[in-house]
Amino acid sequence: METVRKWVQVIIGFLTNSSWSFPFTNAIYQGPLKVICAPGLNCYSCPAATTYCPMGSIQQLLGGLRFALENGQYYFGFSVFGTIGVLGGLFGRMICGWACPFGFIQELLHKIPSKKFAIPRILSYGKYMFLLVFVVVLPLVLVDEFGSGSPWFCKFVCPAGTLEAGLPMLLLQPNLRNSLGLLFLNKFVIMTIFLIWAVFSSRPFCRTACPLGAFYALFGKVRLIKLHLDEAKCTNCKACHHVCPMGVKFNESPDDPECISCLACMNKACQFDAISLEIGGIPLATPSKGMSPVGKS
Amino acid sequence: MSQAGHDLRKKRPIRKAPFVVISIFLIFWMIGVATGEPARVLEQAIQVCLSCIGIG
Repeated sequence: METVRKWVQVIIGFLTNSSWSFPFTNAIYQGPLKVICAPGLNCYSCPAATTYCPMGSIQQLLGGLRFALENGQYYFGFSVFGTIGVLGGLFGRMICGWACPFGFIQELLHKIPSKKFAIPRILSYGKYMFLLVFVVVLPLVLVDEFGSGSPWFCKFVCPAGTLEAGLPMLLLQPNLRNSLGLLFLNKFVIMTIFLIWAVFSSRPFCRTACPLGAFYALFGKVRLIKLHLDEAKCTNCKACHHVCPMGVKFNESPDDPECISCLACMNKACQFDAISLEIGGIPLATPSKGMSPVGKS
Repeated sequence: MSQAGHDLRKKRPIRKAPFVVISIFLIFWMIGVATGEPARVLEQAIQVCLSCIGIG
């Protein structure tokens, strides 16, 4: 199943970044596919991006809301919130585990042999702050003399944007290098910190700072597809604790907002068939290992 | 339907909350489409936002 997940990550990463003419055009894709929302965090200024980033779009729409309202345009971000809300209601943070290119990059970095460190649970609340403050409040409230707000998360934090868009654009358009300043230095340092941290800890950006992950986390209890714990079969052996890339203690918190449904606990850890994948309450898959709660060998 | 399959469905009732949530956000999406928002999103997405990516 892990191989299937990796292939799904590669295919979705390719589908959301499938415009490979940029080495010849030195520009980003500008076709009609960009009306489609990327399920994961994928900067739309990436030269290969063929979809839009929901977090980038929400900030742009909210930043331009005053100007839009003055012109009779009601661009509150309903279509973007609607799209990621439907995705959240269907999959929740399964998107993070299966369809986010930046999550995939962090997973690959974490495979580099090194000493590994856990991430304190309290840091996971940081991403809700980024969602509320940097994506919603600041673009709405702090506006310039023309009434336009800035995309604060993209501008000052997003390491995915620096890696997928900033650096490639600097390579493609050398004249942009003259514009580099403190803003880029700040974002480059943040990107470097998260990429190095990803070697030592599993998915640090997803767990501590990703606003899209925070949004999908809100659907932890109500998403259609999720993992189910059969408490009658669970022996509380805690094997699921050791394989979870998100630090979830599944037997203690089966609806944990951090769960990305990578299925590692179900396939790699649980020997008692206590964990299954379900759709709306109906079991979809339960690995049969032929063990009973009293029959562990 | 097999007895095993029947038992599984009896054990776990279908959860209705996801369908309610999905329906609400589907309505959000339709409102956004009705106000012409996707055209604005496309307009923004096809331009390189230099300050967004840390340049300029």
